[in-house]
Parts: sequence; structure tokens; C-alpha cells
Amino acid sequence: MITMLTDNTSTVETTHQQASPASEVAETSAMETRGIHAWFGKNHVLRNVSLQFPTNSVTGLIGPSGCGKSTFLRLLNRMHEFIPTAAMAGEVFLDGQDIYRPGAAAAELRLRVGMVFQKPNPFPSMTIQQNVLAGPTLSKTKVADKKDLVEDCLTRAGLWKEVKDRLDAYGSSLSGGQQQRLCIARALAVRPDVLLMDEPCSALDPGSTLRIEETIHELSESMTIVIVTHNMQQAARVSDYCAFFLSEDGPGHLVEAGLTSMIFSNPSDQRTADYVQGRFG
Amino acid sequence: MTTTFIPDTLVKPARPWRRTHRSTLAMLGFMVLAGLSSTGIVAVTGLAGPLGWYVAFVFSLAVLGFLGSFFRDRVVAVDLFATVLICTAFMTVLIPWVSIFYSVIKRGAPAFYKGYLTTDMLVTSSGEALNLGGLSHAIVGTLLMLTIASLICIPLGIIAAIYIVEIKGRFAGVVRFLTQAMSGVPSIVAGLFIYSTLVILVFHSFSGIAGACALAILMLPTVTRTAEEVLKLVPDHLRAASYALGASQTQTTFKVVLPSVRSGLITASVLGLARVAGETAPLLLTSGYFIKLTTNVRNGAIGSLPTYIFSTLGAGTTESVTRAWGGACVLLALILILFIGARSLGGRNKGR
Amino acid sequence: MPTQLVSDASPETSPDDPVGRVIATEYGPSDKVFRGVITSGAMMSLVVLALIGAFLLFRGLEIFRDFGFGFITNVVWDPGDGIDKATASFGIGAMLVGSVVTAVIALLIATPFAMGTALFLEFYCPSWLRIFLTSVLDLVAAIPSVIYGVWGYAVFMKYGTSWGRALNEHLGWLPLFHVPSQNFERSPLIAGMVLALMIVPITTSVARAVYSQAPRDQIDAVYALGGSRWSGIRHIVLPFGRSGLIGGAMLGLGRALGETVAVYLVLNLVFRINFEILASVGGNVASLIANKFAEAGEYELKALMAAGLVLFLVTLLVNFAATAIVGRTRGTES
Repeated sequence: MITMLTDNTSTVETTHQQASPASEVAETSAMETRGIHAWFGKNHVLRNVSLQFPTNSVTGLIGPSGCGKSTFLRLLNRMHEFIPTAAMAGEVFLDGQDIYRPGAAAAELRLRVGMVFQKPNPFPSMTIQQNVLAGPTLSKTKVADKKDLVEDCLTRAGLWKEVKDRLDAYGSSLSGGQQQRLCIARALAVRPDVLLMDEPCSALDPGSTLRIEETIHELSESMTIVIVTHNMQQAARVSDYCAFFLSEDGPGHLVEAGLTSMIFSNPSDQRTADYVQGRFG
Repeated sequence: MTTTFIPDTLVKPARPWRRTHRSTLAMLGFMVLAGLSSTGIVAVTGLAGPLGWYVAFVFSLAVLGFLGSFFRDRVVAVDLFATVLICTAFMTVLIPWVSIFYSVIKRGAPAFYKGYLTTDMLVTSSGEALNLGGLSHAIVGTLLMLTIASLICIPLGIIAAIYIVEIKGRFAGVVRFLTQAMSGVPSIVAGLFIYSTLVILVFHSFSGIAGACALAILMLPTVTRTAEEVLKLVPDHLRAASYALGASQTQTTFKVVLPSVRSGLITASVLGLARVAGETAPLLLTSGYFIKLTTNVRNGAIGSLPTYIFSTLGAGTTESVTRAWGGACVLLALILILFIGARSLGGRNKGR
Repeated sequence: MPTQLVSDASPETSPDDPVGRVIATEYGPSDKVFRGVITSGAMMSLVVLALIGAFLLFRGLEIFRDFGFGFITNVVWDPGDGIDKATASFGIGAMLVGSVVTAVIALLIATPFAMGTALFLEFYCPSWLRIFLTSVLDLVAAIPSVIYGVWGYAVFMKYGTSWGRALNEHLGWLPLFHVPSQNFERSPLIAGMVLALMIVPITTSVARAVYSQAPRDQIDAVYALGGSRWSGIRHIVLPFGRSGLIGGAMLGLGRALGETVAVYLVLNLVFRINFEILASVGGNVASLIANKFAEAGEYELKALMAAGLVLFLVTLLVNFAATAIVGRTRGTES
């Protein structure tokens, strides 16, 4: 299966057969996957996904539920392997290096590729400040100025104004939308290059959703974001690029990927057209 | 941008995060280092035997892991150290239990001869040669008392569970709480209670029935709690369907609910039995110990496996201690049989 | 065909505070009998528990009248000449201290191992092994105390003795490890270690049940921030499961306090207060009862009943507290 991720404004070389050297990966992509497959035991859930994520952009992964989008996301920060029966094939490149190469440290990878989950999960036994600093605490990284880091992360997550007077309150005392923004701030504290978001707004009300979308937009100026979403309108609003996944009685696979405007107004594949027009979902 | 073509017919699932050969070798090297240092420790402090070496080994692993955390990435090193510690703790705890099973079989085996299970100790003293006498009186006594205890305890336990789950009476919470409390009654206190009531006031002597009652007290909480859990698993819509057909509560309980949990209730009962089969203290105070095979449970002491073990061990000679191990072997076999019976009759494993 | 769906008899207006009607099931005669039988059957457990307390109190009351609080603090157990009450002096002080000492030793040894085993089973063990090991744990929990006692006496004693000797050699400057003589056999330490073995399964089960309910999404969040398996356990699972572990430990403590035969066979019964855990001196209330029971006269028997009552109350208290503590964690999750 051949996939294309086109961007009219940049000129990039076209190459490859299988097992190409990492140096040929385009410089404008922060992460790239090649021929990714995923299994749970004998159950083949994801087939041959090759996708690039351009630097400092937002890529939305769309498609009906159950087609492997979340599994794909978890392959990008090596969280897939926590499931006992998990297996995979293919390569994932971050900065030109395969993150699954022998000897690669998974924990270090996760400091560079952060994740925000569907259900807001601030640590209940920690205060807001401790939550934000949880990343450096866990990886035992020294932080020069804790207050600065906390303020910076909370500001970028759009939460600073609301909590700056109560940094010592517990994370669980915030509303749903605020908790999710706290989780975003927490993910930012380790300064990742890529941020993965797994349906971050699906448990929130429309007001909080909009504010998080604004945050995503601001963050994409300095990092690469990959967001899985069921909400097509959200994908249209928030992402620069879109990748459409589908599972037709078998493993999920990539149908089409490209600029969001193209995917929505002029998709190449009939199935994509059907999906974005709501004929199935 | 780029286009990539990889034929996916030849792709095989892999687990690149699994331990590679190199890291396994590193771990083995680590363990060898710990082994060398523990040999050194044993030589210096004079700890005894293989067990001493094991302790030194664990200690060395811990120290090495701790030192290693300063060199490698802290988080990974601490994680490795914690993993080693936890796995070692688990294996350490297994050793004595394995030793118990092993000892029971190895040291009890000499006591077994052709007539061991069918003779009693009426004419043999426990210090005599091992091909004389046996524990038939103990087996029979235990089985009789367990049967009587079941007859008392299983109906009561199931009734209490029905009260809590089906009737949900006003005192359901109290009954539940107190049943839980009862499970903490020390076995000797149960024995004392039965002694001061049945033995002194009713039977005026040791008796098998008194022993069975003491066992029933200890068995009741287990049966009640397990039966309660089993009854709770019956989905409410089953009961609702029965009521909607016009059945009374009695009919619903007996014809719909109980039959659906029959195997679970059997498991509850057998597990309760397994728990009390080995209780010694209450029997010492209620049924005493008697060396002759008897089925008189009403008055007079009666033998039982736990008291047989206790008394032969107390005699102190080599032969009698071997008899004690033999008794332990039979007791453990009985409990194992009850356990396996409970699991297979109960069907699916209740493991959490 | 009727066109009107609201009958004329329906009330026009409804008061603001409508009065509810009582709806309750009237049980038919067979059900009334059934419910009556079940209810009275269920009350048996209440009755039995109350009876136990009542009888022991009844029999032991005389002792409390004669000795008062001194029964608990006195260390002498002397039945006197068995005829004249004035020659007797009963006190469970030494044995109560012994119960607590051996139980605490058991608790201190067992709890870390139980925590480690629970963590191992829940987070480290491959799933195919877990079911087997859980069954093994259940089986081990059913090993009778008399077998522990026999094993402790005949097999473990020499190891415990040599460890006691080693502890005394290297750490003997601690008052805890002083010994009056070089006899390290049948010490409270050895008894405590055997007891620890007995209570590990209980504590492990309770701890495991709580750890399995730790919130997985937060553990995932820890992993996503670059934490390791141990980070997740340390920061999320252990704080979450703390009450469960404490409750489980207390249940084990309750069991250890009331243990009779294993202690009786392993420990050397001597009636004085002893904190030197390596010395061959100790006892607990339960083995006191078992030991003195056979030759006790009428008065001594009452004293034993009183001792049993004290033991009963202590274990009851510990178990109540344990259940309450464990219930707190479970309650917040359901």
C-alpha cells in the first residue's frame, strides 16, 4: 500500500525501497513511521502504516472507532509494549533514529515524545505544582528554577492565570477542563519535541474543548503535535494535516493522508469522502 | 514528501523491547559478581551452609544494585534494583513453604507401612517400632468430627448468607460485620467456650460432638462469607424474572437462586472444612485425645489427626516424631484433597 | 373509538406537596415462615459471638473480682495448693507481653515480604504463572498451625538457632539481643519467624486485592512521563494501597496474637516478662491456656477463662480495626 503525505509549499526528495538509511528521511519531519504493523497476540490490528509528521505542525488522526488509531499513537512513544501480548513490526524514526533499535532507552524517548490521555488524570496525591514538576521528579532531572518552569508550562497550557494563586491546591480540586490543561502542562515540563494527544477533549464540555484547541494551536508553533480525534469538526479546526484510518474487517490501515483542506474538500479516495461527509462513522 | 513501499506479506510480529542477548549477558555477569562477593562474605562472617550463602547473595545483589545506580541512568538502575529486590523477596518466601512440603513427605514416609492407615495405637506405644500401630483412630475421629461440624455449620452459613443477600434484613450489616469478627476468634478461645458449656455442663466429659461444635464455630465465618460472595454473583434480573412470573420469595430462592450457585456453595463448604481440618487447640480442650479407634462421639475422648500429631510429637522419641510427621503427611493430604475437590466442584477459579 | 385519553375523574390540580403512598410487599404465609427461619438462623452468629463473650466473662468474673487489674499486670502464675484460694496468684502479664512480642516480631518480618509478594504477583509475574501461584498461596494459607509447629521444631530450629547466635555475636551490644546464656534454641525470635510464615498469605491476599485496584490510567501517565515500572509502583500504587497493606498487616497481627500450637511447640514456655528475643524464654496467652489446661483445678480453670476472655477481646479489637482500615480503601473505590 502506498501512502502520500503531500505539502505543496515544501520541496522534498522522493526515494526508497525497503530498509532505507535513516539519513534520507526528510528534514522537515519530526517523526516518521515506516511500514508499521501492530498485533495483540495473534490479532493483527494495524497494517502497514507509513506516515510522516512535519515539524511544528498538527496532524490529526481520524477514522471510525476501533481502527487502530490509539494503538498507532501508543507505538509512537513506546507505550504499546506495556500490554503483555503486544507485538509490532516496522520502524519509527525520531530525529533520524529508529526508536525501537536495540539498546534504545524507552524512558528517555518518552521525555521527548509526551502524551496526554483521554481522561484527565492528574495525580491526586500531588498539588498542582507537584503535578507539573512530576516529569522532572520521576526522571530525576535537575531543574534550575522550579517556579519558572511551573509558570512557563502552566502559561503555555493556558492555565496559569486561573491557578497562580493556588499552586498548593490538590490537582483533583480543578474542573475537568482545567485538569486536562494541567495534564498538558505536566507533559510540557519535560520539554518534549512531540506531543501525542489521545482524544484529549472527548471527556470535556464544549467550552473547555475550545480552549484546549486554542492551546494546541499555540503549542504547535514550537512542537509537533499528533492528535487522535473522533470529532471531524475538531480535526478540521485544529489540524494542519490529516490522516484517515479505516478498518474493513481486518487490521486498521491508512487510507489517505494529506493537508486537512485537501482531505476535507477534495479527498482522493471515495471512502475518505464518505467518512468526512458523515455517510458513516 | 516521501513515498515508501514495503511489501507487507513477509512482515512478522516482533518484540524489539524484549531483553536482548547483550542485556541478558549483562544481567548474568551482574549475578556472577554478586555470587563471588557472597562467597567472600560467607568466608568472613561464617554464616552457616547454603542458606547463609543465599542470604549473602541477596545482600550482595542489593549492595551492587545500589552502587550501580550511581553509574547508569538513575531511573533505570533504581527500577532494576527494585525488580531484583521484589523477585528475591518472593523467592525467599517460597523456600520455607517448599521446605515444609518436602519435610512432611520425606520425614513422614518412614512411618508408612501396610497397616498404617488401618491400625490404631491401642496396643502400641508411640515409641515402638514403626511397623506397629497406626493412625486409623485419628483419621476416623477427624472425619467424624468434620462431618458433624459440616452438618451444623453449612446450613447455618448458607442461611446467614441468604439472610444477607436475599432477605437483606435490617440486621444484614450487623450479621456481616460480626461474621467477619468471628473469623478472628482465636481457635483456643472457641475451644474454651465449648469446654465451659458443652463439656462441663452437658456431656461432663470430652466428646467428639463438642469438638465438632468448636470446629463449627471456626468454620462458620468462612462458609458464610464465601456463600455470600457466591450469592451476590447471581444477577438480579434472574430474581426479577422469577418474581415477575408470580413466584414467592421462598420459591425464587429455592428454585432459581440456589440451584444456580450450587457448585459455588459446595466450594464454600469444602473450603471451610479445609480451614478447620487442621485445628489442634480447640480439639485439645474439647475432644481430647484417645488412642483407640472409636465411633463414640457422644462421650469420651476421641482421636483426631491434629491431636495425634501433637501427642506423638510430645512423646519425644525418634519413632514417635516420625509418627508425627506421618500424621502431618496424612493431614496435609486430606487438606489437599479437600482443596482440589473444592476447586473442581466449584468450577471456575475464584482467583482475583 | 375513544378520543379522550385523560379521564374526567382525574384530579384537576395537584397539591404542591403530594403525600406519598406506602408501597411495600406483604409477604405471603410461606414467605413469612421462610423469612422467619432465615432470620433466626442468621442471628445464630450474633448469638454465638455474644455467648462466647458471656460465658467466658461469667466464668472468669470471680478472677477479676479477686485480682482486679492486677490480673493483667501480674507476672506470676501460681495455682497455689489448689484448695485454698488465698494461696493462688494469677497474672497473665508475662504471657501478654510474650504474645505481643512474638506477634510484633512476626508482623515486622512478614509485612515487607507480603508487600513484595503482592507486588510481584500483581506487577512482575507473567500471567500464565500468576494463576498457579495464587492457588499455591491459597493452599499455603490452609497449612495447619500444628504442621508449622512440627516443622518449626524439627527442621527450622537449627537455622533459627544459628541465626540467633550470629545476631548475638555481631549485634549483641543491643539490649534486645542480650542473652543470659548461650542457649539460642526456642527463642521468641524463632517463634516470631514461624508465625511470620503463617501470616504472610493473609497479608498478601489483602494487599494484592487493593493493589489490583490501583488506577491504571495514572500509572500510564507515569510511564508517559518517562517513569519506570518501579516509579509507577512507588508513586501511585503504594500510596494508594497503603491502608490495604496496613489492614492486611493487622489481620495478620490478629492471627499471630491468637496462635496457639505453633508457638507452643516452638517456644520455651517460661513465666516471666522477657524482651530478650534471642533467649530461650517466652510464651503467649494462648499457649498458657493450652499448657495449664489439663491439670487445672476449679479456680485455676476460672483464671484460664479470664485469660481467654482477655485474648478474645484483644484479637477482636485488632480485627475490627483491620476491617475498618481495609474497608476505607475499598469503600472509596466502589
